[in-house]
Amino acid sequence: MNKEGSTGLEKQSPASAGTPFQRSAHLKSIEEEAIFVMREVAAQFERPVLLFSGGKDSIVMVHLAEKAFRPGKFPFPLMHIDTGHNFDETLEFRDKLVERTGARLIVGSVQESIDKGRVREEDGPEASRNGLQTVTLLDTLKAHNVDCALGGGRRDEEKARAKERFFSHRDAFGQWDPKNQRPELWWLFNGRKNPGEHFRVFPLSNWTEMDIWQYIATEEIPIPSLYFSHKRRVFNRRGTWLDDSDFITRYPDEKTEEKIVRFRTIGDATCTGAVLSQASSLEEIIAEVAAARVTERGNRHDDKRSEAAMEDRKKLGYF
Amino acid sequence: MSKLKNTDQANEEMSEKSAKITTSEPANPDMDLLRFTTAGSVDDGKSTLIGRLLYDSKSIFEDQWAALETTAGNRSGGEVNLALLTDGLRAEREQGITIDVAYRYFATPKRKFIIADTPGHEQYTRNMVTGASTADLAIILIDARKGVLTQSRRHAFLSSLLQIPHLVVAVNKMDLVDYSEERFDEIIHDFQNFSENLDVSDITFIPISALKGDNIVNSRDNMPWYRGATLLHHLEHVKVGSRKNAQDFRFPVQYVIRPDQDYRGFAGRMVSGNIRVGEEVTILPSGEQTRIASIQTPDGPADEAKTGVSVVLEIEHEVDISRGDMIVRKNNIPECKTAFEATVSWMSKEPLRVDKPYILMQTSRSTQALVMDVRYRINVDSLHREDAGELGLNEIGRVSIETAQPLFFDAYKINNATGSFIMIDPDSNVTVGAGMIRSTSTTALSDQATLKQEEAAHTPDLQNRNLTWEPWNIGREEREDRNSHKAHVIWFTGASGAGKSTIARALERKLWDLGQRTMLLDGDQVRHGLNSDLGFDPADRKENIRRVGEVARLFFEHGNVVLCTFVSPYRKDRQAVRELFPEGRFTEVYVHCEPETLQLRDPKGLYRKAKEGKLRSLTGYDADHEAPEGEALSVDTDRAGVDEAVSLILKELNVKS
Ligand SMILES: Nc1nc2c(ncn2[C@@H]2O[C@H](COP(=O)(O)OP(=O)(O)O)[C@@H](O)[C@H]2O)c(=O)[nH]1
Repeated sequence: MNKEGSTGLEKQSPASAGTPFQRSAHLKSIEEEAIFVMREVAAQFERPVLLFSGGKDSIVMVHLAEKAFRPGKFPFPLMHIDTGHNFDETLEFRDKLVERTGARLIVGSVQESIDKGRVREEDGPEASRNGLQTVTLLDTLKAHNVDCALGGGRRDEEKARAKERFFSHRDAFGQWDPKNQRPELWWLFNGRKNPGEHFRVFPLSNWTEMDIWQYIATEEIPIPSLYFSHKRRVFNRRGTWLDDSDFITRYPDEKTEEKIVRFRTIGDATCTGAVLSQASSLEEIIAEVAAARVTERGNRHDDKRSEAAMEDRKKLGYF
Repeated sequence: MSKLKNTDQANEEMSEKSAKITTSEPANPDMDLLRFTTAGSVDDGKSTLIGRLLYDSKSIFEDQWAALETTAGNRSGGEVNLALLTDGLRAEREQGITIDVAYRYFATPKRKFIIADTPGHEQYTRNMVTGASTADLAIILIDARKGVLTQSRRHAFLSSLLQIPHLVVAVNKMDLVDYSEERFDEIIHDFQNFSENLDVSDITFIPISALKGDNIVNSRDNMPWYRGATLLHHLEHVKVGSRKNAQDFRFPVQYVIRPDQDYRGFAGRMVSGNIRVGEEVTILPSGEQTRIASIQTPDGPADEAKTGVSVVLEIEHEVDISRGDMIVRKNNIPECKTAFEATVSWMSKEPLRVDKPYILMQTSRSTQALVMDVRYRINVDSLHREDAGELGLNEIGRVSIETAQPLFFDAYKINNATGSFIMIDPDSNVTVGAGMIRSTSTTALSDQATLKQEEAAHTPDLQNRNLTWEPWNIGREEREDRNSHKAHVIWFTGASGAGKSTIARALERKLWDLGQRTMLLDGDQVRHGLNSDLGFDPADRKENIRRVGEVARLFFEHGNVVLCTFVSPYRKDRQAVRELFPEGRFTEVYVHCEPETLQLRDPKGLYRKAKEGKLRSLTGYDADHEAPEGEALSVDTDRAGVDEAVSLILKELNVKS
């Protein structure tokens, strides 16, 4: 039984023929699923977009989209909701990616929403544009008549997402009605909707953070240097290392110092925390992600908490 | 009560293992994926078990753990409640958020696991069907103290219905029955008594304590009598992918890729079977034949594609193919039909109704569908069949369905991917039902594809693609209600002069006098009008009967008792007509007598003409009549008179004169 189990069909599949790294059957299986879902989006919707944040999940999404429609180009534009508070590397990376893939880029600007009076800028040291993104996102989706937005959300990100669908229906106000979710069976995705409504679709639903890293490694997907350990001037706020950025107002006692850090997620510079880390290669990062589950109790604790809180805010905006 | 502290020792043993998880995880190229679902009644320990699996495989972040310890402080003496790890659901239920399936992830060096966790309350059937639809394995939890309950049987039944290849019966709370081997054996025995009647091939029984960790990751020596694998070991080694059908190549076209004028590729998933470049294929529904010109995988071109992968196929000829079409191997074609029988699990508060059109999604096809009949409801607890006119939320039933466009399908049992469908309410756009196709329907209306499929090899046009089909505006049932009688078809078959028309006319008059709505279709009549273009060779006779069948169907749908008198010598043609009508609504009457009697009666002078050589292939003279073999009334007009024949048929129809 054991023997049969480990010599699955996937191992001999031609998909592995051209790749230098042997992808595990497991990664192939979730890759397969994501590709299927993306093609389903292209088939079922008229004006889909791929939400691109510049983070590793959306980079993986673009990579999968390229694979899904080869030898053609993926049939949807990228949409970036730009808070205006970016790390330089993020925009640089984004523009290179757009150039390489030939994709169209739609930018929804939070600054513009502020200028137009659609939202009000927060102030003070805790000010963040994260919450404001929701309005910009919905406005941009509407302006472009988008009927489906592909997002990189994963179910392992937090408890509440564990029940999210691949195809998530949004009403005419862009709202999610958790009381009225559609059951999802087999590989049959129901994308039917009324005019004005749209869908958020999450091809990476079944991926974990570890899967993302392993996939980046085996597929040799370029990612921004921010993810690798580097020297950076940072300051500590309640256990989180924040960038010495002009966008953040500091409390008087917050002193910047130089540390070796890397980022686990990349988003708005004002609330993306760095972690102290020496991991400068994918292998080291993977080892670190794996270890984060069993060691580093204590000091990781708070760090994780605030990170989760940030993820929450991001979700209000994005998902 | 045990405290988690008691198991610390076990945890320490495991920490060595977890170190291995950490280091070997990224490197293992053999790691594969198992999707499983968990079923259990409330309080059987499902949350505890999942919590234990996540905890023992170190898939829980430390902050989550710490939060639990804090919460646990308020609980019975510092015991950490593993169930809380997955129990975000409880709070959500109070808020009225849909709780159906929650997905959890964990990994060991061998495998990654996706758990479809389905909470076990009211909505149970719907949830479990959803979770089970993609599962390779189901864990059914049984509380060792309570034994096999009605719910356990229900879980087993649903697992078999959804054809989950592997079943694990985890007998939990063994610590509360003194780790008794007898108790375990008794439960196995009870369960097997029941499961013998189910369609499950692989059942594994494991005695566990989710709370204490017995036989979850380690055996912990409390049950030395148990020699089998621990639960995790079993999950790590059970064969995956047994749901896949590797034989029958089916490629539902998902999307057409057309980067430039020179390339036109058909993107889709190899839902079953394999294909190689150069192989001959047939396109459905057009029936056109061509060859595979190239295969493009996400990693580049390949000579071959196997089950489960997403590829882009190019074909040799310019054929018009779009989403919803299917590419299959020339000599291995699925059913192409507009009618079939299915088991449906209903998921909406609004009951399934026979008069409402639904949208049906199957493979990459989407079409309008009507449920023609709810044959019965399956009581998921007793497995008994019950009469039902509709299906309510969480009910499962056997139905016959008709679709506006043909579907390309296999029975679910043979091919999960082409045998499954969902039903969507067109008013709300919500998914309201999940179905598994059992077989072709025996009561196919408007089923062109059925007839044509036999000829599929020669006939390219499997289905008139412009044909759209609308349900009747006023359904037959409504008409029947108004008429106060059922519609029915009585088909008289036999040679010319056997007495078909005489009996039919007398019968029609009788029914008419009884207040029924009737119509009589006669061979000669039809041949003068509708079928004046047809002759008497087998092909024309077949077409003659096919058209008459369709006409009879129109009158039938109008609520009439339709009497048809046609020589109709071929069994196959009559069978085709029979299949147009629901079970029990079509009565065949074989009217016959001795050949001498025919020639003597010769009401139309046909036998005389035949004798003179002026007429060929006259049934009853130089051409045979194939007498009915199955259910049919038989009237020998050498012996029985018209009145006798009429009462015999009335009796059969249950009409009291
Ligand atoms: N003694 C004992 N108690 C258990 C075991 N598994 C679960 N329980 C207890 O049974 C109760 C219900 O468990 P829970 O996991 O919430 O059940 P669920 O409703 O199926 O999710 C809790 O009090 C658990 O601590 C076991 O193996 N042994």
